[in-house]
Amino acid sequence: MAGKKKYTLSVDSSTKHLSEVRDFVAEHAQNVGLTEKDISEIRLAVDEAYTNIIKHAYKNRPSKPVKIEIGVDAKKLWISIMDEGESFKPDEYKAPDILKRIKNKQRGGMGVFLIQKLMDQVQYNRKGKMNEIRMVKNL
Amino acid sequence: MKNFSIAKRQVDQISVLDISGELDAHTASQLENSLKALIESKNIKIIVNCAKLDYIASAGLGVFMAYIEDVRGLGGDIKLSNMNDRVYNVFDLLGFPTLYDIVDDERDAVKAF
Repeated sequence: MAGKKKYTLSVDSSTKHLSEVRDFVAEHAQNVGLTEKDISEIRLAVDEAYTNIIKHAYKNRPSKPVKIEIGVDAKKLWISIMDEGESFKPDEYKAPDILKRIKNKQRGGMGVFLIQKLMDQVQYNRKGKMNEIRMVKNL
Repeated sequence: MKNFSIAKRQVDQISVLDISGELDAHTASQLENSLKALIESKNIKIIVNCAKLDYIASAGLGVFMAYIEDVRGLGGDIKLSNMNDRVYNVFDLLGFPTLYDIVDDERDAVKAF
């Protein structure tokens, strides 16, 4: 991925595309010489972000549009995932108390926390009717 | 769902699930169905052997979260073994090692029951 190239993958909102989305970002991350650890962290962060879009932004409605962009400059690899569903409100998000969730037989709520741990920067933007999560891994 | 599979074995009173491939929001329902079937048939001593698990996302961890209370309430446990470093790291980031019995080798999990 030399220069300021950008690669795009458009998929609809279905968990059946998860492995394709992971492989897409991993392939491009490999080309910029990131470590195996960095690449596996990027795969997971993108998986969690796309899963949250399917489950929360689109509430499991299939066939809704999701666009994934990946690009690189001298200092960073960035990934942007866009949807047209309900916006995520980061201010209202609380890190999950896993013990409490286990006691209540609840699951979920871990994706946002993982993304924050795995990536160097995470931003949520609203552009018109589009939500964007932009994630950065420093090179 | 070719990228994930489960095989079941019995080691004395203990049910072992060998899980392979990639466990994500798409494949998690397969693990969920296997765990549910074990619990319904009162097999509550469960080891999930992750030796061939290449990848896990939080949806996979969610399955363990949903059933551990039921299993422990019945006097059993779900123990996890043989994880590679990448998979273990995800459990670790979320603080699972203090809540679940995660061991290097299946034999240690068998002994711990």
